[in-house]
Amino acid sequence: MALLDFFRQNKKSNSAAVARERLQILVAHDRGRNGPSYLPQLQRELLKVIRKYVEVDEDAVNVHLENEGNQEILELNIVLPER
Amino acid sequence: MARIIVVTSGKGGVGKTTTSAAFAMGLAERGHRTVVIDFDVGLRNLDLVMGCERRVVFDFVNVIQGEAKLAQALIRDKRNPNLFVLAASQTRDKEALTAEGVGKVLEELSESFDYIVCDSPAGIEKGATLAMYFADDAIVVTNPEVSSVRDSDRMIGILSSKSRRAEEGLEPIREYLLVTRYSPERVDKGEMLSLEDVQEILALNLIGVVPESQAVLNASNAGQPVILDKESTAGQAYSDMVDRYLGEDLPHRFTQVEKKGLLGRLFGG
Repeated sequence: MALLDFFRQNKKSNSAAVARERLQILVAHDRGRNGPSYLPQLQRELLKVIRKYVEVDEDAVNVHLENEGNQEILELNIVLPER
Repeated sequence: MARIIVVTSGKGGVGKTTTSAAFAMGLAERGHRTVVIDFDVGLRNLDLVMGCERRVVFDFVNVIQGEAKLAQALIRDKRNPNLFVLAASQTRDKEALTAEGVGKVLEELSESFDYIVCDSPAGIEKGATLAMYFADDAIVVTNPEVSSVRDSDRMIGILSSKSRRAEEGLEPIREYLLVTRYSPERVDKGEMLSLEDVQEILALNLIGVVPESQAVLNASNAGQPVILDKESTAGQAYSDMVDRYLGEDLPHRFTQVEKKGLLGRLFGG
């Protein structure tokens, strides 16, 4: 039996590797979603200001925050109407 | 001025109260005047782990609401004259803790203590957010297990945005990772996330590794912080962690499978 156990031990159950992989994906996803709480407010106010000058659609302003290493990049995307 | 340390995790049952009790006792043993506060209003347990449950007359909420003086509510530890406990209230009123009230109590404690250890409740409700709001340092307690690691990551995000230091634009809270219930044997078998895995995901400075140990349950059964059990691996790991917090550079112990000797292997010792 001891000999059999020896061979069985070599067959590693690698649930830890699965856990690591799932966590890496999950954590990256959670972090992306939990941007600063002021983002929606910022988006609304920007839209208001732009609408003072240009007639744009409700969804014309897009605010996105991204982390890259030590840098945070705030990306603004504004779609102007075609003339 | 005292330094305020929050012991937090997000997930319940990972060892926040065990850690708060051990850490506070360790600081007191090294000669620092220390107070440990239970922020788990409604479900207090720190008093049990500290072994002073029968001496609670007034609690944290009584002090905040002006029903008792701070000096009346502080329970002096019978083993160490440097250590005091401030128990949580058993009230069901979730609004009993206020930022203003907590701030005042911490300010008053700051005048006479070196360290204030805040034992956070699980979750991200008021007790937990207030426990971390005034912190200078945070100890994030994590088990090598998926839900605990995920919750710790959420807490790290909250620590960096919803604290006094973040709001006032001060130097951010110093965050440390403490891995508890670690089993090198299971890591070796590929059944448990390794220290490297957890550290890679959370990217925090590792302040200690507490191995899975029967001494922890024995300690809470008896109301003795496990750091007092000098023979146990958990007690020694907590002791190392306190020394590291105070600036010593110590290698991590109990992170590898102990090699059995030849005799041990032959006789299954």
